[in-house]
Amino acid sequence: MYLLNRIQRHRVNYTWMIVSLLLVASLPFLLFLGLYLKSFLLIHDYHLGDLLFSKVWKPGSGKFGFYPFIVGSIWVTLLAMLISAPICLLTAIYVTQYTRKRFLRIMHPAIDILAGIPSVVYGVWGILVIVPFISCFVGPLFGVQTLGYSILAAALVLSVMIIPFILNILIEVFRTIPVELKEASLSLGATQWQTVKIVLIKKALPGIIAAFGFGLARAFGETMAVLMVVGNVVKLPKSVFDPGYTLPALIANNYGEMLSIPRYESALMFAALILLAVSLFFNLVMHFFIDRYNKFSA
Amino acid sequence: MKPTHKIHIENLNVYAGKQQILKDINIEIPKNKITVILGPSGCGKTTLLKCMNRLTDLYPELKVTGKVLINDKNVLDAGEDIVKLRQYMGLLSQRPYPLPMNIYNNIAFGLKLKGVKRRRELHKQVVHYLQQANLWDEVKNRLREPASRLSIGQQQRLCLARGLAVNPEIILADEPTSALDPISSQYIEEKFVELKNDYTIVLVTHILRQARRIADYVVFMYLGEVIEQGTVEEVFGNPKMEKTKQYLGGTFN
Ligand SMILES: Nc1ncnc2c1ncn2[C@@H]1O[C@H](COP(=O)(O)OP(=O)(O)O)[C@@H](O)[C@H]1O
Ligand SMILES: [Mg+2]
Repeated sequence: MYLLNRIQRHRVNYTWMIVSLLLVASLPFLLFLGLYLKSFLLIHDYHLGDLLFSKVWKPGSGKFGFYPFIVGSIWVTLLAMLISAPICLLTAIYVTQYTRKRFLRIMHPAIDILAGIPSVVYGVWGILVIVPFISCFVGPLFGVQTLGYSILAAALVLSVMIIPFILNILIEVFRTIPVELKEASLSLGATQWQTVKIVLIKKALPGIIAAFGFGLARAFGETMAVLMVVGNVVKLPKSVFDPGYTLPALIANNYGEMLSIPRYESALMFAALILLAVSLFFNLVMHFFIDRYNKFSA
Repeated sequence: MKPTHKIHIENLNVYAGKQQILKDINIEIPKNKITVILGPSGCGKTTLLKCMNRLTDLYPELKVTGKVLINDKNVLDAGEDIVKLRQYMGLLSQRPYPLPMNIYNNIAFGLKLKGVKRRRELHKQVVHYLQQANLWDEVKNRLREPASRLSIGQQQRLCLARGLAVNPEIILADEPTSALDPISSQYIEEKFVELKNDYTIVLVTHILRQARRIADYVVFMYLGEVIEQGTVEEVFGNPKMEKTKQYLGGTFN
């Protein structure tokens, strides 16, 4: 009797596990389908190429060109990665290979706190510090007149936001490399730095790619902090000192307003669909690289 | 230091915080012989080996005092010279850890560090050391494959080849057969016997039969101390200390 009870209980747990698994696994597809249906009105009436590559955004007269938003998003994301990736890599190597374990124990909570700060706080910090810093200092330094609200401001704020995120993954990646591998390299006469450069980075490569990939996806989707400092001007930015507009900011700034304009809601849903497609794409590419690496190297 | 001795360890102590891992170790390791370091696990064998090429540097929590003389040079206060000194000692660890690169580059890595640059010379030496480790025939058609695809036994031979490639005078081996199948183990043992003509070998093991088979000189350790040392005939044939007798008799607790 007791045994039967136990078996049944197990079966119930098992069923629930499968149900939750299916639910979680199907969520991206449901989301995709939902967004597709909602943006169908727009996709049906326009060429996909026109939507993606037209520069004119005049919803009032039925012109929906997403190009400025796509370009804005790409600039902000890539620039943020360009700033944060090397910092994260060097920091992770330093704290895992060159300092005592105690240092890491102090560092971890600090990183976690940074990662836990709400993005609106980062946005405020951007407005109060980064924007004036760019308009009063960086701009003049390069001989450019700028209000400060710019691609650069967004990228700087964004890079500070994703550093703790990427750094946490990278530290974990470097910490899990067996110490024996280091010993092997050193015993062959490599210096500490040669060991890091040639052996450890190579060993960590799939993890490094994954960390950067996740950081990139996160930066691409970040909304609040970016829209507070990027300027929100629908124009192709000519330099990093120009204001821009990003896809998430487009949705957040406009959803719920002006929905009386025909196809407007559909257009915002289309922006969301692009975001989702890009993040899925990042994920696939990342997994491709990691699989390939595991198969051909390591 | 007598010319017949290669490594000379004097008053070596290792502490990890309050715990003392090695207690006043004094050992002479003879040249061109196999010296087996024997003892139950946890007695400090690995730590002793790591002191010899100062891999203890990787563990800042360890404090090492005393002298480890190799060619009359104290490894422990060699400073930055340790990078070059380590090339006197090939290392074979408990499990093989091939470098994350292809088979060819696993050997070429050390050669390049030694300054071998020309491609033809590099190739010649890679082939030579793979042959030395009896691995050449098995890998000659797959030199560009990642080393991780080899079997464990092959990987261990690769690690031996890569260690020999930096042209050391000493081979430090830490239970090198404990993860291997009997055939691969036997191969490594036979290879060591062959290699001792050109190298001084320090082999850590807890396998009594292995020690009996190939040791010339035996150091028996227990709880961080050297209990007894001498030739294999002395230690195995006529042990002086009670602890050694118990361990060799298998009545150890
Ligand atoms: N880095 C370290 N920090 C603290 N204790 C250590 C460290 N390395 C080894 N020890 C301790 O020293 C003792 C001897 O370890 P080890 O040299 O690995 O023994 P063996 O190789 O004979 O099994 C063990 O009790 C181990 O826990
Ligand atoms: Mg050990």
